[in-house]
Amino acid sequence: METINYQNFRIDAENICVDYNGKVALYDANLKLKPGQICGLVGMNGAGKTTFFNALTGFVNISKGKIRINGESVRSAQKDQTIAYVPQNEGIDSQFPISVWDVVMMGRYGSMNIFRCPRESDVQAVKDAIERVDLTDQLSTPIGNLSGGQRKRTFLARAIAQRASILLLDEPFSGVDIRTEKLISELFIQFKNEGKTILLSTHDMIHVREFCDLVLLINKTVVAYGETSEVFTPENITTTFGGISPDFLFGPES
Amino acid sequence: MELCSFLTLDAFITDPLTHDFMRKALLMSSLVAAVCGFLSSYLTLKGWALMGDAVSHSVMPGVVVAYALGLPFSLGAFIFGVGSVALIGFIKQKSRVKEDTVIGLVFTGFFALGIVLVSKIKSNIDLHSILFGSPLGISLSDVKQTIFISLLVVILLSIFRKDLMLYCFDPRHAKTVGINVFFLHYLLLTCLSLAAVVGLQSVGIILVVAMLITPGATAYLLTDKFDNMTVISVSSAIISSIIGIYVSFWFDLETGGSIVLAQTFIFLFAFLFAPRYGIFKLKKLFAGYKS
Repeated sequence: METINYQNFRIDAENICVDYNGKVALYDANLKLKPGQICGLVGMNGAGKTTFFNALTGFVNISKGKIRINGESVRSAQKDQTIAYVPQNEGIDSQFPISVWDVVMMGRYGSMNIFRCPRESDVQAVKDAIERVDLTDQLSTPIGNLSGGQRKRTFLARAIAQRASILLLDEPFSGVDIRTEKLISELFIQFKNEGKTILLSTHDMIHVREFCDLVLLINKTVVAYGETSEVFTPENITTTFGGISPDFLFGPES
Repeated sequence: MELCSFLTLDAFITDPLTHDFMRKALLMSSLVAAVCGFLSSYLTLKGWALMGDAVSHSVMPGVVVAYALGLPFSLGAFIFGVGSVALIGFIKQKSRVKEDTVIGLVFTGFFALGIVLVSKIKSNIDLHSILFGSPLGISLSDVKQTIFISLLVVILLSIFRKDLMLYCFDPRHAKTVGINVFFLHYLLLTCLSLAAVVGLQSVGIILVVAMLITPGATAYLLTDKFDNMTVISVSSAIISSIIGIYVSFWFDLETGGSIVLAQTFIFLFAFLFAPRYGIFKLKKLFAGYKS
């Protein structure tokens, strides 16, 4: 079991900047998350959500600022399998010749030997993870034959098999069926109780209110950050989306 | 007499084997096919077919320069192969020109440099044999070098098989769990350059390009499992080499071209009759007969 130490931040990003060949994608962004917290990352397309994820996983280098994961560098977080990234369905090649089992096993690669030979414990971790997302009947199905929801669950299982303490999820609810949505929200509650920290990007305002303790509104930099009940106001949302009112964006009921 | 040997299958297969140059050609082409077929499944999945095209052309000036300086061909080819990819990346990043255009202009530039150098530097390098290969006239030192480099590439690819698969599938996850993506990227490029060298010495650039692209595409149509894809890719490359060489022997055809055509026919067959992804899905046809 993980020990939960509420003194330390799981994610501690200070004034981070990312630019791609001189084009600024994100600047002066801050984020502090503790174990057991779920934070929603909200912003327009191109507001820097994916860049933020990329910076936290070390997929892009930050040009300024500092990122500490469990008090350590991103590099050692990678070595320790601390962060798991669950991609958007659009972000993966669904025609890749690979089965559910193989994808989930990839969650274990970081802790295997150089030939990536699964040990008994790896096989068990993969079995358990697949069971938790309810895909045991699809073990050897190629991912191209899965529905959007099943594919999303496959990648969630990979994150579970990795035993990461931080989960980054890019649009976890987009293009999934009701059953998957329910399963994901149940998993979130379990993750929270296990002391995992979750950062998820979403376009759906209802999901933010439902799951997220905290919300981070960004538009190239942090527009507002804090408890969902305080920060997730129509004014802040309007500012985040460049002056467009939330009613227009999400319909009056949200 | 000629007709008789045609009629017996035994003679059809064994006759060519009595010639030393045919045995060598079969060995060399199969080795190149194995290496390229292995790489091909990664290139197909990574969307790097054009990159394979570019690297195999770009190694040419490297080979000529290495020849002039008395260095191993593979060294020159490696430097220019990886250099071309670095240059492609650099130009793409620093200009608004799209990637496929950049790839095209860099490799044609390198290739032209190679042609100019060949004509300027007095050497025994023959342009025609670089382009179309001379599988029937391979020297003993070439055979040794080909065996060595082929084994090296196959061993490297086998060791990092799963990591390379992950790198092609989801590089972001690879990076997140601490796998050295930078290393894998250059490993793939290095193997690509080495495959180009091996091919260039024996079967020619055009054939290397075909061998890097077609077997992977064929295998991709035939399976949904990565390991199977590699096996099918390698075996279809080797089988088409053998078919091509036999056909070229018996019908007196250009060897390199025959090998590529054999590959193309295998691809077409998969394209039409692959069980799941073919135009006339064989599985369905058979299911129709049973019911």
